[in-house]
Amino acid sequence: MNTKIDDKKNSTLENNSTSNDVLNEITISVKELRKSFKDVTVLDGITFDVKKGTVLALLGPNGAGKTTTVHILSTLLLPDSGDIRINNHEVVKDVEKVRSLIGLTGQYAALDEYLTGKENLQMIGRLYRLSHKAIKKRTTELLELFDLVSASNRAVKTYSGGMKRRLDLAVSLIASPPVLFLDEPTTGLDPHSRLIMWDIVRQLVSQGTTVLLTTQDMDEADSLADKIIVLNGGKIIAEGTSEELKQLVGSERLEITVAGDDNFTRAINLINEENLSIDKQARKLSFVINGGVRQLKQVLDRLDEDNIIVENISFHNPTLDDVFLILTGHMTQQLNTESEIS
Amino acid sequence: MNKNYINYSVDIEKHSKLFWLISDSWVLAKRSIRHITRNLDQLFSVALFPIMFFLLFRYVFGGAIDTGSISYVNFLVAGIFVQMLAFGANYTTMNLAIDLQRGIVNRFKSLPIARSAWLIGHVGADLVRNMITGSIVIGVSFLVGFEPVATPLDWILIFILGALFSLAISWISAVMGLLVKSIEAAQWTGFIVIFPLTFVSSAFVPTDTMPFALRVFADNQPLTHVIEAIRSWLVGAPVGDSGYLAFAWCIGIIAVSVPLATWLFKRQTLR
Repeated sequence: MNTKIDDKKNSTLENNSTSNDVLNEITISVKELRKSFKDVTVLDGITFDVKKGTVLALLGPNGAGKTTTVHILSTLLLPDSGDIRINNHEVVKDVEKVRSLIGLTGQYAALDEYLTGKENLQMIGRLYRLSHKAIKKRTTELLELFDLVSASNRAVKTYSGGMKRRLDLAVSLIASPPVLFLDEPTTGLDPHSRLIMWDIVRQLVSQGTTVLLTTQDMDEADSLADKIIVLNGGKIIAEGTSEELKQLVGSERLEITVAGDDNFTRAINLINEENLSIDKQARKLSFVINGGVRQLKQVLDRLDEDNIIVENISFHNPTLDDVFLILTGHMTQQLNTESEIS
Repeated sequence: MNKNYINYSVDIEKHSKLFWLISDSWVLAKRSIRHITRNLDQLFSVALFPIMFFLLFRYVFGGAIDTGSISYVNFLVAGIFVQMLAFGANYTTMNLAIDLQRGIVNRFKSLPIARSAWLIGHVGADLVRNMITGSIVIGVSFLVGFEPVATPLDWILIFILGALFSLAISWISAVMGLLVKSIEAAQWTGFIVIFPLTFVSSAFVPTDTMPFALRVFADNQPLTHVIEAIRSWLVGAPVGDSGYLAFAWCIGIIAVSVPLATWLFKRQTLR
């Protein structure tokens, strides 16, 4: 994986140095970004680019540094070091310019609950320095596009979660910013509202908006992002397209739940597959199944020969958990388990 | 189905920095002023507190308090007037803390606006709320038997000093709102400062029965000067030093707390 990423990076760099057009297309550029809060390092030197009209997803668990990255890029927080540019404006120095280029939709709807949907749009429109005529036009447009016309004169506190998120996104689009930051835009939304949000993001991107989104959800990154960066502990541990990441995890995994702790430790040694991930508490073992029925039969035969009782067997598609287990937890976890066995 | 979410033809207005400071502040003040009428709990307490305090002091404690040559109800009005303005300022602490806890401040910060506009907006709305409160206090005072002798000029002076005092205490409250870590803390922090200031003053009783240390504090703290000045104008007594001392205190507090609050708010971004 690592070598593949490096190859990819090198080829991008070459393209950049040879063709100015490609360079111009880079909307967000982050180099060696570092940030600590007191003794805790939150971002430990991350580097990435986002091309114009594409979606970059920052994928990672809570505390990986996703929100901190968004806060620094949207001028809410100063970095300790690093070179960050949006449309070639330095985020730290050219603050006013950068703010006029970005829209931000945070984890929690940043709306005024006592104002109506329309008043929220009008307020933020004026703060973006739109003319009164433009505010009127955009407010009408956005309320219609986001299906909020009938609720537009109601206080936001009466809105459902999905409506709040839609209004929140509408508000950040009032000045049509070329760059949009979406910090976990669908966390806590029902599946239907989630699909609506995804559809809106896709359309925005097709109209040339550059999007940086953070998510904990592999599916979301999968269906929206052109490129995914996996963050853990403030470091980039993998990056690539969703296909590339999935290849890393394997297309499908077999998950075996074993009865009894004793059986579990024996099963670990017996299965002995590559990329075995171990969940000790749930007594679950999972690994990539790419050898078809034969591989499945072999594994089950081995368990059966040793009289290991299997509680449950299931297949599942790769999840974010798998990516993390493979990229971070797997090796250490296996070593720990092994040392406990011996 | 294709929808056009982006409209690049929107026109952005160009004006001076000062124009936008005033415009941004006004937009955000308008927001907070709307809260006054839409948040019924807040409106209710704005009206209820003056009535409760009047009834309590006029009829429960009043009979036992000796205010010498002037009747207790005439003595009391200035005290409750200033106390209610001070209580009202606690809304600034609360509302700043609420905005900071919820995500909305992050949105404001990510916009190309003047940094202090958010603070000015909140304090400005507080001034409007306090004008409502002040009117309610004066209105209720007539119902419980208040007989002012103030001339129109006195009323104008009362209005100006009341507004200036409201601004001063709101800016202190803004500083506290930026320092507290939670909405709950905002609720009591204000009262830790405002309670002693309003009660250890000449608001409800003449200070001369207080123990020495308390009396020295009460006689020289800003609220007493503001109360004394307003009381003198209301009942037609000589104002003495309290008049200009009250103005000096208010202006001094504003001169210190405005830059302090602005600096604190800016610093939050730099962390």
